[in-house]
Amino acid sequence: MTALIGIALTLVLAGGVAVVFTDDPQHQAVTLSVYGLLMTVLFVLLAAPDVALSQVVVGTAIVPLMVMLTIRKTRGHR
Amino acid sequence: MSRALRWWVLGAGLAGVGVVLLLAVLDLPSFGSAFHPYRDAAVPAAVQHGTANVVAAVTFDQRGLDTLIEETIFFGSVVAVAALLRPARDEHTRKEPGSRAPLEAARLFGYLLLPLTLVVGLDIVAHGHLTPGGGFQGGIMLATGLHLLYVAGRYRSLEQLRPLSVFEVGEAAGTAAFAVLGFAGLALAGSFLANALPYGTFGQLLSAGTVPLLNVAVGVAVGSGGVVLLAQFFRQVFLVGADEDAS
Repeated sequence: MTALIGIALTLVLAGGVAVVFTDDPQHQAVTLSVYGLLMTVLFVLLAAPDVALSQVVVGTAIVPLMVMLTIRKTRGHR
Repeated sequence: MSRALRWWVLGAGLAGVGVVLLLAVLDLPSFGSAFHPYRDAAVPAAVQHGTANVVAAVTFDQRGLDTLIEETIFFGSVVAVAALLRPARDEHTRKEPGSRAPLEAARLFGYLLLPLTLVVGLDIVAHGHLTPGGGFQGGIMLATGLHLLYVAGRYRSLEQLRPLSVFEVGEAAGTAAFAVLGFAGLALAGSFLANALPYGTFGQLLSAGTVPLLNVAVGVAVGSGGVVLLAQFFRQVFLVGADEDAS
């Protein structure tokens, strides 16, 4: 179990770095969504299913969706 | 302030935060240890009130006021987004949205997942006092799931099947219901948000007193609020344009 938590923590760290170093905001919405999923796995492993559910609906669905819609809106006006 | 001085101020601030953070982390109980004073207090209190999901007992029974404040923050955020994203004076609102028909694979995906997501969302709200999840998680899932209509069809079909005024009322009513339940506790048991209803049988659908009712109130408020929130973004993308676009 400790090994699994270690792997999940490492993946979350790598995911966070990947989000920061994604240049195009449109791609960033996708990496952010993947990062949210990695966080969900970590929360499940840490026996926090309530937090994992919040994370999966907010972090991988609603926030990337809002980012995508905002980018689509602002790109149309350039 | 000169550039060099700014760096010094930043460095001093970061060093201060770093030292305090390090001291706090060193003082934490070690990872995975059996020392859990908060659990030892929260679990018996949850069981005493017939609530199988201890997290729900903490958020809606033991610390209900915190959740009411969070609920109010969510409400305020949705109102703020609606105010910021309303069409400005130099923008016009189109009647016909310029969205194309989706890919067949996306339609299939949307039609398959729409009922599934709505059922799972309702299940998470209804069983919030028994299993992981609750009004917030289920509500957001319902709000997001409804937008699979957009994936499955056009923006127009989403707009027709989503009477926005109903959801605006739902958001306000859900938030108000939480406060009303709080005052009901004050009237019946002498303290705001007190769990004044019978606790029922541990693990049954009708148990945990006010916790399932508060979960439904939050589910309605957050589900409706999420729909209202996303509707502002969708309207900006598909219906609102600057005046020069009109020509």
